Amino acid sequence: MSSEWPLWEVFIRGQHGLNHRHVGSLHAPDAEMAIRNARDVYTRRKEGVSIWVVRSSEITASSPSEKGPLFDPADSKIYRHPSFFDIPDEAGHM
Amino acid sequence: MYAQLVKTDEKRLKSLGEMDPQERAFQGRIDRGEKIEPKEWMPEGYRKTLIRQISQHAHSEIVGQLPEGNWITRAPTLERKAILLAKVQDEAGHGLYLYCAAETLGISRDEMFEQLHSGRAKYSSIFNYPTLSWADIGAIGWLVDGAAIMNQVPLQRCSFGPYSRAMIRICKEESFHQRQGFDIMMKLCKGTEAQQKMAQDALERWWWPSLMMFGPADGDSVHSAQSMAWKIKQDTNDELRQKFVDQTVPQADFLDLKVPDPDLKWNQERGSYDFGEPDWDEFFQVISGNGPCNEERLGARVKAWDDGAWVREGLMAHARKHARRTTLAAAE
Repeated sequence: MSSEWPLWEVFIRGQHGLNHRHVGSLHAPDAEMAIRNARDVYTRRKEGVSIWVVRSSEITASSPSEKGPLFDPADSKIYRHPSFFDIPDEAGHM
Repeated sequence: MYAQLVKTDEKRLKSLGEMDPQERAFQGRIDRGEKIEPKEWMPEGYRKTLIRQISQHAHSEIVGQLPEGNWITRAPTLERKAILLAKVQDEAGHGLYLYCAAETLGISRDEMFEQLHSGRAKYSSIFNYPTLSWADIGAIGWLVDGAAIMNQVPLQRCSFGPYSRAMIRICKEESFHQRQGFDIMMKLCKGTEAQQKMAQDALERWWWPSLMMFGPADGDSVHSAQSMAWKIKQDTNDELRQKFVDQTVPQADFLDLKVPDPDLKWNQERGSYDFGEPDWDEFFQVISGNGPCNEERLGARVKAWDDGAWVREGLMAHARKHARRTTLAAAE
């Protein structure tokens, strides 16, 4: 049996008020050790105020080949951006 | 450079016309400066070259802890000891960022360790030299980390996303390493005659091995040309070496130390220093396992891995047992 520790993805909240962001991955036997290791590997200089870890095998990702069908439909819907609409200056700030 | 000899498996550089449509589209993305992410299509050669380069780089960070580790218990003050400890811990961190980046390409951590421990994988020749005095710790920070920064700054723009992001993190931390080294040298150079001598001796022993860190002249190396076309590598070895010499010689002057190169001379016309040729026979000897400390370094690394096996297995057994209990409790 392989003794290689499973891989975990690490997410760090850099400051209060920000989202957790993916920063990398590491190996650890369980979630508790993954958090401890993440502290040593990714926050040696106070880069975070909170850590999430999740087993890499538990992550489902969209496939690169689906990029077109998934994201391209938004291309033709530019009216979702406020800059699509011309509002006269006289109407005031909007 | 921490990855000094990276082969690409390519016999010659393909022109766009010779590439199949998938390869051409890939090269187009690289040329437009797009980052390549792990699950996207990439030529097999690109994948293999990156695995080689990133794992060599990671191994260098890990083995690089050993020469400095030698001085943690011998540092002259408690503050110096704490600083050195933090620096060596950073090197371990850098190794881990890089192993993660390599793993996204489909090689496992254990496979990489196996390649290192069996002697099949290379790591930087620089770490096979002994650290004989405290001044060596200064010289390593100043010269070795200085050379590493020179190499790593352009790698932040590497085409492979995970490698580029790892390099950005590493570069942020690396500057501390160089400055702590220079600080040690400054202190010694302002000290007693014996301390100045110690600093000069360290510079003499580390200067040439530091220049070798950039690897041999690329000449018209196919590997280099291919790596540059793929934007895995941005500058030639000679360009980086020249930059390093130009930056470092004035620092040695500042310290009142003499660079051990009789051919070193300012070239007004080029606006750069002319300098001598490193001993490439020595380089090839050291990189292929016959340096002064290769055996000791690899031996220490293998011993640490073997001695730690029971901890790795024990923690894994504990995690499995704990997971089983949680499942059973949930079923009740």
